[in-house]
Amino acid sequence: MSVSETTTARDISSKGAAGVRMRGVTKAFGQNVVLRDLDLEVAPGEKVVVIGPSGSGKTTILRTTMTLERIDAGTIEVGGRHLYHESVNGKLRPAREKHIREVRSDIGMVFQHFNLFPHMTALENIMLAPMKVHGKSRQEAQALGVELLDKVGLAHAVNQTPGQLSGGQKQRVAIARSLACEPKVMLFDEVTSALDPELVGEVLNVLRDIAEEGRTTMMLVTHEMGFAREMADRVLMFDGGQIIESGPPAEVLGSPQHERTKAFLGAVKSH
Amino acid sequence: MESWLLSGSQYRLLLEASGTTLQILAYAFLLGIVLSLVVGIARLSERAWVRGLALVFVEFARGISSIILLFIVAIAIPILFGAEQAPLILLSAIALGINMGGYGAEIIRGGIQAVPKGQTEASISLNLGPAQRLRHVVLPQALTIILPPMGNLTIEILKGTALVSLVGMTDIMQMARNIRQQQLADAVGTQPVLFLNVLVLYFILAQVINLLFKVAEAWLAKRYEGGPALTGTELEAIR
Amino acid sequence: MSTVTHEEKTPDMEEIHPHRRWYRRPSVVVPVVLVVIGYSILVSPLVREQNFFRPEVAADGGVTFDWNFFVHLFPLMLQGLVVTVKATLIGFLLAIVLGFFLALGRRSKRRLLSWPVTAVIEFIRSTPLLVQLFFWQALVRASEGITLEPITILALGLGIHYATYCSEAYRAGINSVDKGQWEAATALNLGPVTSWTRVAIPQAVPNVLPALGNYLIAGFKDAPMGVAVNAHGLLFFADQVRNDTFRATEPYLIAGVGFLLVSLPAAWLVRRLEKRISYERV
Ligand SMILES: Nc1ncnc2c1ncn2[C@@H]1O[C@H](COP(=O)(O)OP(=O)(O)OP(=O)(O)O)[C@@H](O)[C@H]1O
Ligand SMILES: [Mg+2]
Repeated sequence: MSVSETTTARDISSKGAAGVRMRGVTKAFGQNVVLRDLDLEVAPGEKVVVIGPSGSGKTTILRTTMTLERIDAGTIEVGGRHLYHESVNGKLRPAREKHIREVRSDIGMVFQHFNLFPHMTALENIMLAPMKVHGKSRQEAQALGVELLDKVGLAHAVNQTPGQLSGGQKQRVAIARSLACEPKVMLFDEVTSALDPELVGEVLNVLRDIAEEGRTTMMLVTHEMGFAREMADRVLMFDGGQIIESGPPAEVLGSPQHERTKAFLGAVKSH
Repeated sequence: MESWLLSGSQYRLLLEASGTTLQILAYAFLLGIVLSLVVGIARLSERAWVRGLALVFVEFARGISSIILLFIVAIAIPILFGAEQAPLILLSAIALGINMGGYGAEIIRGGIQAVPKGQTEASISLNLGPAQRLRHVVLPQALTIILPPMGNLTIEILKGTALVSLVGMTDIMQMARNIRQQQLADAVGTQPVLFLNVLVLYFILAQVINLLFKVAEAWLAKRYEGGPALTGTELEAIR
Repeated sequence: MSTVTHEEKTPDMEEIHPHRRWYRRPSVVVPVVLVVIGYSILVSPLVREQNFFRPEVAADGGVTFDWNFFVHLFPLMLQGLVVTVKATLIGFLLAIVLGFFLALGRRSKRRLLSWPVTAVIEFIRSTPLLVQLFFWQALVRASEGITLEPITILALGLGIHYATYCSEAYRAGINSVDKGQWEAATALNLGPVTSWTRVAIPQAVPNVLPALGNYLIAGFKDAPMGVAVNAHGLLFFADQVRNDTFRATEPYLIAGVGFLLVSLPAAWLVRRLEKRISYERV
């Protein structure tokens, strides 16, 4: 696996949007190799759904991209910039925290279990990063927060704390919180899995809105196959540490080529 | 025992001495909190040597008794370094503060560790820096866990302040002994009653500390019910 | 929650092994500890104080730290240490027993009993041991016909002080026994004594032991306070040497050393006990 220093920024970052490119990424937990020389490319503005068996490492793909988990080998680029590497005198070196933090500002993530800050109101949750990271004034952050809560249909919840919200509402606040950082790439890890069935729809609607605005690159891990079919540009089947099948939803979900994809979809359907 | 009470002037003396006791307590508390925070956070550092140093401090501060530490800091060390003029009150507070820091660090560490990892991860995803994560996300949540044992620890330190009478400070305890000398000279009053009154005084001080911490806990719990981060009119203005 | 569960992949074989080693069985450890405590209480009077803390080596008179003097203070320091340890052990024995009755009293359904007991516990817990020692000493002096040695007063004060702590530990331990266990005992028609001795206490003991261990260490840390009532312990030794030789640094520092010599290993043992027990309760 060769690491080319001259990244072809042209094709993975167009204005306002950013793509993701993983090259030869390997990640192991002890003996357990979860990502195995993984290559994966997501174009700017593309909506990609990752499917795969439980425990295969889908979450790990997102977490390594969010820098919550460091990779053992390979490179990840976001918007044409290396995430874990810096080029020093034409050579790639492991990046310092400062560099990682700078590239990371393009990435946002929404978690399965929301991870809202319980000691802050919905509005304060959203205002935190704009004020502390992006240097916005209190008034600006408030205005942004109210606007985003409106957008996710929670205008009434401004002053409520997470403890007072339902699961679906919490997840919508979490999405708004992430949007407040204006990320170019958004990662969604099974964001509806922890919800009661009747609350799934309201969250998917918000995702749909974001997708329709079009500019944000989205990587979603989900078991909602219907949703994937409807909004994904591309579906990736992930197993054994690698992408084993990739294509438009109709192809991968409708007429899978790979045996393991067939088996997996069969198991999902029978539920 | 003719009376359970002391004379008015004796109470006045004891109250005056309470000032010294509370002053030592305040200094020791300040130093103790700072040490607790620094060492407690250092115990969770990514760097092994930082963790190791913090552990050594904690083991030492908790392993040694506060009374022996007090004698070493207030008597032995000033002589060793020729700093016999150093104010006793500060030396005493340092000894008690170190003691508090050892226990407090473990309380803070436990509180931080009790905050779910998802909270840190969410704040990383919002690109908050390490200090911001601690300041705005982790510590405020850890505080609910930290406060009750910190209250108990503060009362332990209040109890510890009585020891400074042994190194020559005039706190409540020493004042009680002075009063006793006076009693002997005047041949009035009994010793058990005197010390019983002193115990009650300490008990009241402890209850005040207790109350302060309870108020703080209630204040903290309120934040989880949501505050008026934005009033109706402000909201209208934004819209 | 994939992040939390992976550390438990390889179960420690000892955990599921039915034959735990003797020092890991509370039923063995507790009697052994009690015997050791009892033995040391009986035997320690035989360790006579030889020369009442008079060092044989004189310091050289300079202000700098004198290593030779420091080292020669060691045997004297040990004498004081033995007294301090002895007072701690006697006091703690008292605390264990008295604490049990305090816990029972506080749990009592009769408010006439439980409220005063609670008040006394809270009072003793939140006031300084040092003042309490003076109080007991004064009380003993004031009462006709009773004379107690300083070390006895120290042990008494320690015992009563830490009895309140122990009672809280017992209470927490008893509360930690599942309500269903009491109901099961009732369903089996066991009497109150059997329910206590055969059902509740055996389950509470593992929860209580580490706390008791910590209080034993805490009591040891407070024991040097005996100097205030003239018990010939660790600090009395240091004070005495200072008064005789006008050197303060060496005696207090060596007192600190001797102290850590006992308290650090003890703390380590308690922590092992804590870990061991938390494993068993997974
Ligand atoms: N912090 C960690 N330490 C050790 N092993 C881990 C850790 N995180 C994940 N793993 C292991 O890595 C593998 C992949 O985990 P991951 O959570 O990425 O799977 P997943 O595809 O998201 O599964 P699911 O569908 O259940 O969410 C699993 O075998 C898991 O046990
Ligand atoms: Mg997952």
